[in-house]
Amino acid sequence: MGVKVVIPTPLRQYAGKNDSVIVEGSTVDEIMRNLMSRYGELQKHLYTEDGKLRSFVNIYRNDEDIRYLDREKTPVKETDVVSIVPSIAGGSALETGEHGRAWLQPCRTAQQQGGFSR
Amino acid sequence: MSVINQALPQTAKLSNEEVLRYSRHLIMPEVSMEGQLRLKQAKVLLIGAGGLGSPLALYLAAAGVGKIGIVDFDVVDVTNLQRQVIHSTPDVGRPKLDSAYEHLKSLNPHIDIVTYETRLSSENALELFKDYDMVADGTDNFPTRYLVNDACVLLGKPNIYGSIYRFEGQASVFASEQGPCYRCLYPEPPPPGLVPSCAEGGVLGILPGLIGVIQATEVVKLILRKGNPLIGRLLLLDALEMKFRELKLRKDPNCPMCGPNRTIHALIDYDQFCGIGPEPAPPPGLSEFEIDPVELKKKIDRGDKFFLLDVRELHEVDICKIPGSYLIPLGQVPARVSELNSADDMVVYCRSGQRSGKAVDFLKKAGFRKIKNLKGGILAWADKVDPSVPKY
Repeated sequence: MGVKVVIPTPLRQYAGKNDSVIVEGSTVDEIMRNLMSRYGELQKHLYTEDGKLRSFVNIYRNDEDIRYLDREKTPVKETDVVSIVPSIAGGSALETGEHGRAWLQPCRTAQQQGGFSR
Repeated sequence: MSVINQALPQTAKLSNEEVLRYSRHLIMPEVSMEGQLRLKQAKVLLIGAGGLGSPLALYLAAAGVGKIGIVDFDVVDVTNLQRQVIHSTPDVGRPKLDSAYEHLKSLNPHIDIVTYETRLSSENALELFKDYDMVADGTDNFPTRYLVNDACVLLGKPNIYGSIYRFEGQASVFASEQGPCYRCLYPEPPPPGLVPSCAEGGVLGILPGLIGVIQATEVVKLILRKGNPLIGRLLLLDALEMKFRELKLRKDPNCPMCGPNRTIHALIDYDQFCGIGPEPAPPPGLSEFEIDPVELKKKIDRGDKFFLLDVRELHEVDICKIPGSYLIPLGQVPARVSELNSADDMVVYCRSGQRSGKAVDFLKKAGFRKIKNLKGGILAWADKVDPSVPKY
């Protein structure tokens, strides 16, 4: 048994293409550590080098942002769902990614061209 | 919750033609004559006439929103038509504002459409926004999202937010006088350099329709002062699962934009905020690590022995490929470098040359010296060598 963690589309490529993963743990911190020990590539997308949760990534326990609970120490039960919700910027574009301003940093060229909903 | 505060002027009136046109609104108590007059009096600014802007503009025009402003400076491209339903095939190559204007005017001649062919910037945002009741954000990049947010907070106007990625979308209403703003949700944008993979991207054409219509619904509800707006709530849609989830958004007491101790009092440089510096000018001509498509063709025709590496994703190979290439998607190159031989003469390509440029940079660091990036990618190959190759 464990807790269901919902993986957002942009991060699924770093989590074995899963849309959700069951992870053991009784706090958000334990769950995230266990998740990243299974999928190491997630680490740099979720945490800064000094171990802080990135400011464009929010974590929710059910429908509550853990910033307004007990942050990473927030307790989690097996009936809870933990969601990772990163910021996405797309308005339509994203094309094949090279033009994309998809999640995280879009490619420089497209960014420089500016524009709406390319 | 009232977000727009203007009183309804006694003089506002619908013509008989308008009464007939809006009759399905007028006979429902939630809209009625009062609500329709509120719609007629409302002024809504749309940022972008693309994927989200298309359904927004169409439904708001049809609903009878009296003044719709649209900011855009792009031209209709054939790849837009898969989702940007306000534009049609004959519009390819025309300014998006022109085709949007014509389409909306023919849909509803009783409303004002105002177009602004400009790039939204810190210099013009406040001036553009000030005449409107609310702003609907249909942009596709972080600098503009923060700009729209900050300008709306400074002017006290609601920002009707929608964002999409592949088949997943987000929507909310940021009305900082009543609830959180975008910075309360995401204090900072992602830093540059954390690109997961350039190959990631794409969007299900219907998705901006779904999210844009949610935005339009919120606009109309705010104008009508009916229902429960998406203020303080983030709606998430996964279209593959067809599941909607709702998360609570709280006003961040430390928000630098809308908190009690705010530190931002004016618009800033949003490219700089998002870590985007001026683009260095590309060196003239080809570098020693680049090859032109015509040169590659000669190499193939001569029968030179070399290794042709395709770093696109598997599903892109189904669209087109250069014969004889070996596929390792960019994201897998570091893990699969042992499949490559640094002694080989090697040419790397992708769609446009950007991903393959990254692969070349990586492989150079790994000791590969006889390696070249196909300049312009398979798109340039299609242009200069083989016009039968489809471009995407």
